[in-house]
Amino acid sequence: MKTAVVVFPGSNCDTDCYHALNDVMGSPVSFVWHKEREFPKVDLVVLPGGFSYGDYLRTGSIARFSPVMESVKKHAESGRYVIGICNGFQILLEAGFLPGAMLRNKTLSFVCKHVYLRCENSASAFTKNMKKGAVLSIPIAHGEGNYFCDDATFKELQDQDRIAFRYVSAEGKTGEAFNPNGSRDHIAGILNKKGNILGMMPHPERASESILSSTDGKAIWESLMK
Amino acid sequence: MTMTDADTKITPEVIAAHGVTETEYRSIVKILGREPNLTELGIFSVMWSEHCSYKNSKPILKQFPTTGSKILVKAGEENAGIVDIGDGLAVCFKIESHNHPSAVEPFQGAATGVGGILRDIFTMGSRPILLMNSLRFGKLENATTKRLFKGVVAGISHYGNCIGIPTVGGEVYFDESYEGNPLVNALALGIIKKDEIVKGKATGTGNPVYYVGAATGRDGLGGAAFASRELTEESHEDRPAVQVGDPFLEKLLMEACLELIKTDALVGMQDMGAAGLSCSTCETASRGSSGIEIDLQKVPRRETGMVPYELMLSESQERMLIIAKKGKEKEVERIFEKWDLHAVKIGEVQDGHLMRVKDGPELVAEIPAKALADEGPVYKREEKKPAYLEKAQRLDLAAVKEPKDFTAVLKKLLGHPSIASKAWVWEQYDHMVRTDTVFYPGHDAAVVRIKGTQRGIAVSTDCNSLYCYLDPYEGGKIAVAEAARNVAATGAVPLAITNCLNFGNPMKSEVFWTFHQAVQGMIDACKALKTPVTGGNVSFYNESPAGAIQPTPTVGMVGLLENIETRIPSHFQNDGDLIFLLGETKNEIGASHYLMIEHGLKQGLPPRLDLEKETALQELLLESARAGLLESCHDLSEGGLAVALAECCFNPKRNFGAVLDQLNLIPQAAGLRQDALYFGESQSRAIVSVTSDNKEAIIRAAQNHRVPVYQIGKVGGQKLVIGDKIEVDAAECAKVYRETIPGSMAS
Repeated sequence: MKTAVVVFPGSNCDTDCYHALNDVMGSPVSFVWHKEREFPKVDLVVLPGGFSYGDYLRTGSIARFSPVMESVKKHAESGRYVIGICNGFQILLEAGFLPGAMLRNKTLSFVCKHVYLRCENSASAFTKNMKKGAVLSIPIAHGEGNYFCDDATFKELQDQDRIAFRYVSAEGKTGEAFNPNGSRDHIAGILNKKGNILGMMPHPERASESILSSTDGKAIWESLMK
Repeated sequence: MTMTDADTKITPEVIAAHGVTETEYRSIVKILGREPNLTELGIFSVMWSEHCSYKNSKPILKQFPTTGSKILVKAGEENAGIVDIGDGLAVCFKIESHNHPSAVEPFQGAATGVGGILRDIFTMGSRPILLMNSLRFGKLENATTKRLFKGVVAGISHYGNCIGIPTVGGEVYFDESYEGNPLVNALALGIIKKDEIVKGKATGTGNPVYYVGAATGRDGLGGAAFASRELTEESHEDRPAVQVGDPFLEKLLMEACLELIKTDALVGMQDMGAAGLSCSTCETASRGSSGIEIDLQKVPRRETGMVPYELMLSESQERMLIIAKKGKEKEVERIFEKWDLHAVKIGEVQDGHLMRVKDGPELVAEIPAKALADEGPVYKREEKKPAYLEKAQRLDLAAVKEPKDFTAVLKKLLGHPSIASKAWVWEQYDHMVRTDTVFYPGHDAAVVRIKGTQRGIAVSTDCNSLYCYLDPYEGGKIAVAEAARNVAATGAVPLAITNCLNFGNPMKSEVFWTFHQAVQGMIDACKALKTPVTGGNVSFYNESPAGAIQPTPTVGMVGLLENIETRIPSHFQNDGDLIFLLGETKNEIGASHYLMIEHGLKQGLPPRLDLEKETALQELLLESARAGLLESCHDLSEGGLAVALAECCFNPKRNFGAVLDQLNLIPQAAGLRQDALYFGESQSRAIVSVTSDNKEAIIRAAQNHRVPVYQIGKVGGQKLVIGDKIEVDAAECAKVYRETIPGSMAS
């Protein structure tokens, strides 16, 4: 599998994603600067976390206009994979690749900690190496991860089995106490209709080595590489 | 009268308004051979302020040990010191205060404190890899404290998270002496290849001088001077002296500067921090023994109508001065253009020794660079032992009744915001970005790995200001020793320190005495522990109308783990492990948090620290870590044995219980009080846990190092049992410990 990690001005998890895929998983990665209109043919595009353009105005709202997004669109239309992590997820929402919007966390403050996720769809390219209902320990780090969508969209997401992850307890149960940001129905990650685009707030690249407390994030990379 | 008008006549009032004394003014006239104009007077006033010149502290700071086999760049030579860590790598680190801005505008004050310290690090060519901070506030129950605390944490979070440097630890204390004058000390550490160190030098006549980064506005006018006076009721009127930070811009600036050092176009680099353009131009010229000339017409600005005085004194953030090689201008401009940043040639390096500032054709300032940067006034301040000490140090032990309910005392201590869990704070900081953070905040020291090597760096910040209030010498000594102990507890060898010396007004002889004493204590500890000082910052004038803060010489200690696999966590790891207490427990409750919290007394002498015993303990910890003997290690500090044991049990992954049923092994001959045994803060002690297989080995190792060792109990169960006086559910204690600060902040 070949991967391109897009670097926006203000991206700050770009090198972390590079490290997890390239150095830990042994899968080749190249960086693509946001001003590039073309990038090499790859299997996976990563929109990494960070504060693209300082997240001024709204998170992800300026990055969607970067020249590189045209190529990301073409890449996705060809059926190849895109994962947006944290700010990357926010950009995917702003760019209309995924439905819904982000609100500020219910605490109104930034939150960085390990949370538990439940795999809700084990059929997608990103999750096929997991069991449905599997609980993963993966950290979050964001100020605006409170996923919101209208009722019609929510129904569509549910009916089409497009909710990839929910926030849960260590035992896999949902509840307000385990939802770190107030997101609708505890949603932590969603898929597009075709199932080749995943947006998620938690950071799998921070949970890909045992020295970093958890290796549960590797299941996503392994699914993609299979 | 506007102070910025170039035609303003230099009257005694104008001079006094700049904080320049009559003697200083006479020196200025002598240096120039004429009267200064207003712009020149402004430049002198900021460069000769305490903040930039250390005029009151220099004679004492000079006595810090600054050399060592691993020191590559010494304190004071550059923006930050640099220490060799092997494998061709070095670390560059520094701590700095942003106290006054944070008192007036907590969010931006703290945010720009982070931005400023980061620039000091990447100015040297090193990539920042971690941030820490040391914070002090008034009592948490006060609404003002809550506002300041919340604002400062949000400001640090805003800046550090956005720029993508993890905030991996620090400390927070609450005490009434910081009411109205909080302390915000920020530390940054960067990593650099030894052969890529960049100096802040302007050399090579004809080399271009570039201004890069943000445009200049009127923000932060005279901030260095603002930092060099006491806070008053009117200080909120100084709000224009607080700068506004833009972490996104700093991220771009950092990436561009780090890209530039990989080219051969760079001669020197210097950030524009305190005293902005004035400081960066005269310091680079002074270090390079050159002259420098700049034209203010070329300086990018964000406001119209700015005059030379304002341009030279503005402390707008996210700006750097770059000295490039002549002929390589295109390369510099290409890199900054890539990052959408200003890069404007504003002048060049010249022969001679003058800093010349032009405004188009007009010369507006001409001053010998060295006179500004290195030849400021130096004062030997008067010292007098403070009158309060004699009474405060006296403690009649007989009058202090031992508590009836030790369990209640333990809970009270765990629920004091200075001791309670700070997760509410550090969960607002991205402490994981860069995926190098191996020990999260909440450990004795933060530990980060260095990718591509076996190595790790441990960092701790420490200062018990109650000790410094009651015995500044011993307090200064302990600040260094405890920081080293925290680093050694993780298995890392303490290498060097940076310090941030927060004190009151140095013109007051009693304040100055405490400053000198504290520094002397630090010097003695640094020498004994072989941890030289690589730099730091002095913050005087920390006084509010209520008086001076407790002396707070914060220490940032950096240590090296040659093999990260030998790191030791602070919390218990396995049920059934044996618990050992290392070190000697004495009848010491003076200056303890127990005495302050339970008995309401800030009184007595702090515990005595024996540097030989401290060294022995730390060598024992390091040897045991390398030999793989330890499962966990935690030093004893505020709250003594009982609090330390509870903290060992509060592993974030799950709570442990523990039973200490062999406290009787600790020698109790010399009339040791029970409260001293449970809550006293005798120094040079640690709690370690080991598997039963390593029992003999740890005892032997301790004996070899002549460190007293007592097997006092075992990990396991649901309860915390300490001797015959404390028995309580571990989960109940953990709840108190974890919910104190969130509870206070929610109310």
